[in-house]
Amino acid sequence: MDFVSATYETVETDVLVLGAGGAGLRGAIAAAEGGARVLVVCKSLLGKAHTVMAEGGVAAAMHNVAYQDSWEVHFADTMKGGKLINNWRMAELHAKESPERVLELERWGAVFDRTWQGRIHQRPFGAHTYPRLAHIGDRTGLELIRTLQDRAVHTKGVDVHMEVTAFKLLTADGRVVGALAYRRADGSLIMYRCGAVLLASGGAGKMYRVTSNSWESTGDGVALAYDVGAQLRDMEMVQFHPTGMVWPAGVRGILVTEGVRGEGGVLRNKDGERFMERYDHERMELSSRDVVARAINSEVNAGRGTPHGGAYLDITHRKPEFIKSKLPSMYEQFLKLAKVDITKEPMEVAPTLHYMMAGVRVEPETGATNVAGLYAAGELASGLHGANRLGGNSLSDLLVFGKRAGDAAAEAAKRSPKSDNTKIEPAQVDEAVAALMAPFDKPAGESPFALQAEIQDVMSAHAPIVREASGLEAGLEKIQDLRARAMVCGTGGSQTRAFNPGWHTAWDIQSMLVNAEALLRSALERKESRGAHARSDYPKTDDRLASVNFVIEKTPHGMLVKAEPIPTMPGHLAEILHRSYATYTPEATE
Amino acid sequence: MELNNLDLKIWRGDAKSGELVSYRVPVREGMVVLDAVLWVQANMAADLAVRWNCKAAKCGSCSAEVQGFPRLMCKTPIADYGNQVTVRPMKAFPLIKDLVTDVSWNYEVNKEIPPFTPSEKDLTTSEPWRMQQQDVERSMEFRKCIECFLCQDVCHVLRAHDLKSAFYGPRFFVRIASLEMHPKDVLDRRPLLKGKAGLGLCNVSKCCTEVCPEHIKITDNAIIPLKERMDDVYFDPIRWLINRRKPRVKNASSG
Repeated sequence: MDFVSATYETVETDVLVLGAGGAGLRGAIAAAEGGARVLVVCKSLLGKAHTVMAEGGVAAAMHNVAYQDSWEVHFADTMKGGKLINNWRMAELHAKESPERVLELERWGAVFDRTWQGRIHQRPFGAHTYPRLAHIGDRTGLELIRTLQDRAVHTKGVDVHMEVTAFKLLTADGRVVGALAYRRADGSLIMYRCGAVLLASGGAGKMYRVTSNSWESTGDGVALAYDVGAQLRDMEMVQFHPTGMVWPAGVRGILVTEGVRGEGGVLRNKDGERFMERYDHERMELSSRDVVARAINSEVNAGRGTPHGGAYLDITHRKPEFIKSKLPSMYEQFLKLAKVDITKEPMEVAPTLHYMMAGVRVEPETGATNVAGLYAAGELASGLHGANRLGGNSLSDLLVFGKRAGDAAAEAAKRSPKSDNTKIEPAQVDEAVAALMAPFDKPAGESPFALQAEIQDVMSAHAPIVREASGLEAGLEKIQDLRARAMVCGTGGSQTRAFNPGWHTAWDIQSMLVNAEALLRSALERKESRGAHARSDYPKTDDRLASVNFVIEKTPHGMLVKAEPIPTMPGHLAEILHRSYATYTPEATE
Repeated sequence: MELNNLDLKIWRGDAKSGELVSYRVPVREGMVVLDAVLWVQANMAADLAVRWNCKAAKCGSCSAEVQGFPRLMCKTPIADYGNQVTVRPMKAFPLIKDLVTDVSWNYEVNKEIPPFTPSEKDLTTSEPWRMQQQDVERSMEFRKCIECFLCQDVCHVLRAHDLKSAFYGPRFFVRIASLEMHPKDVLDRRPLLKGKAGLGLCNVSKCCTEVCPEHIKITDNAIIPLKERMDDVYFDPIRWLINRRKPRVKNASSG
């Protein structure tokens, strides 16, 4: 089939947003309010993005429940949780601006749970000093995305293309000026031409076997950005959420919100021991996610796991009505999928790959990457969370930096040359289209689903919660071997371009391989244990590496990892980290 | 642990033609219908079109008709059916391919509904709003909606009569109810309900409530109260007389 001279529709806009989760939608609203024409392109239907999976809440120091809370404490918690390799400026902006972003959501129609005084209620969460998570039961992400979705579609200048997959960023004179994409329904091609691109397409959890992520999370944004020369940062840092479902097999990996522990749930091993006592006796179950995930992992490895290889998470000491009102979707999820009534029996949980702290390197103020015209926000951007993300900091990240990147992208689009004056080299287009269509020419090629499963097996075995050099090296070799095989992968047999998941997966695995290789290479370089990155051959934290990020660049010889010093934190921020903060004791009224 | 084999019949085809195709799927304990469909996709039919995302009943993507009943496939255990299950796409929407339908009409409807509108005073105050839990709870029930569109699929006004041009369907009555019952919303959407939304066409058969995976009491808590509000303005004979003297409803467009 001759696809190289394929025809495509050309669509023009000012700001092209790739991804329609929290960051993409917040960015789109900001860019449109800044006067830009905005086109949001998403891989699934609108409102289905991974943001809906966020359950616990959005972290913002509004001090509605604990009067002692302030942006300073939120900043300190975020930096300490990230084991100090966070971009401190992002952590500062995030802590200062998230309350405003949450209140703004309320003014756009979001309905949060209330305190008895009628303010937005805030619940306690892992490693947050004070109750800080504004929430709606255990479906905060849904409320956030629905509010932003409604706001966006009613904002003048915003248009949405659903079920369209971008597979190439187009550049001209060193700046990003558009993207190539294809429509899932019929496989037709679109060339987007724009003044600036905002990447907000989320994480790459699908490169692991056990994950809370959906089929969409294949790291497309990171791969697209890397392809045009954007730097990646902290690629070794991926988060295993301590509590995913383990049984039955079909639901393995589905998230069990940290809200269960926030509302008093305790973890026990098969002997009934509350084992967190031995790992973090101060914060117990509400320790940071890296600590709790490793604790469960260690218990299972020591033979103290549950029958299906996890730990028990027990909230039965709370009243059934309390559980059903505070954790309604957890109650429903276990009852329906595991036939477990969580008001009467403990849940079985084990770590599940949940989130990337890793991602594209961005400027803290604007979300600008090192490539002109390319902006990034949300899970695929790195910096805010450092070596470990605190629960609730993701939704606030989306809002704060989605807005900032949207503002900046609109400004950039205004300054950028008119699209009819930019010349896109046809070779760039032909090459990308040929790569997308290649699987059709290999009717006997390997199954993309089988290859995807192999990538998942390699990453799960070679870059697990606790890593070591020989495993990572072997993993890297296997990933390179898989890359060669992916080049000759087929569609799984069918020649149709209409809604063909086999063809789509053949493309997805290309993105996953970029993410996987970057992760393995960075993990090899970080010769210490820090936050989510634990190494059995370097079990200690190396203080010298507290001021280092590992940055990945594309070179003609392949992927290059370099250590980069983190700029010194200004005195006024460093001082905040060293203060001590009063412990929170709930008031009688709450 | 393989228990037995499932005879999974999936509707395959496009808008022009199609048929039920039988697949033998090894069943594992706790398997849901979506697992079985994805197993077929990974092992037997790579081009089998199906929508899914969260696989945890939170996103509302994997809607289909399982043994004729509109359900989320990710939430439907195989064990409920024995060793034979038939899965078809939603009937109320135009078919794209296999289990995937064109639901874009729903997104167009949503654009027509005037969004959340607080008062000028609430909008300009620098103070955070105060609302009581009991006051927001009514709206919250409706905001649980995950837009799976199963209620739209089962509603006979859309399914049997295809009155999409005259009727918004249960999903959007839930949406309007969430706005109308928001303590801070001041817009009156009753003219819209009577006009383009076509609320009068609903004859409260409660099919929508029955299929809602979020257990929203669509008919009792959203549709009937909206009908009462609408009737108050348009069908109360005394009000009708007063209205003849002075038109009073400041409103959203009646379409």
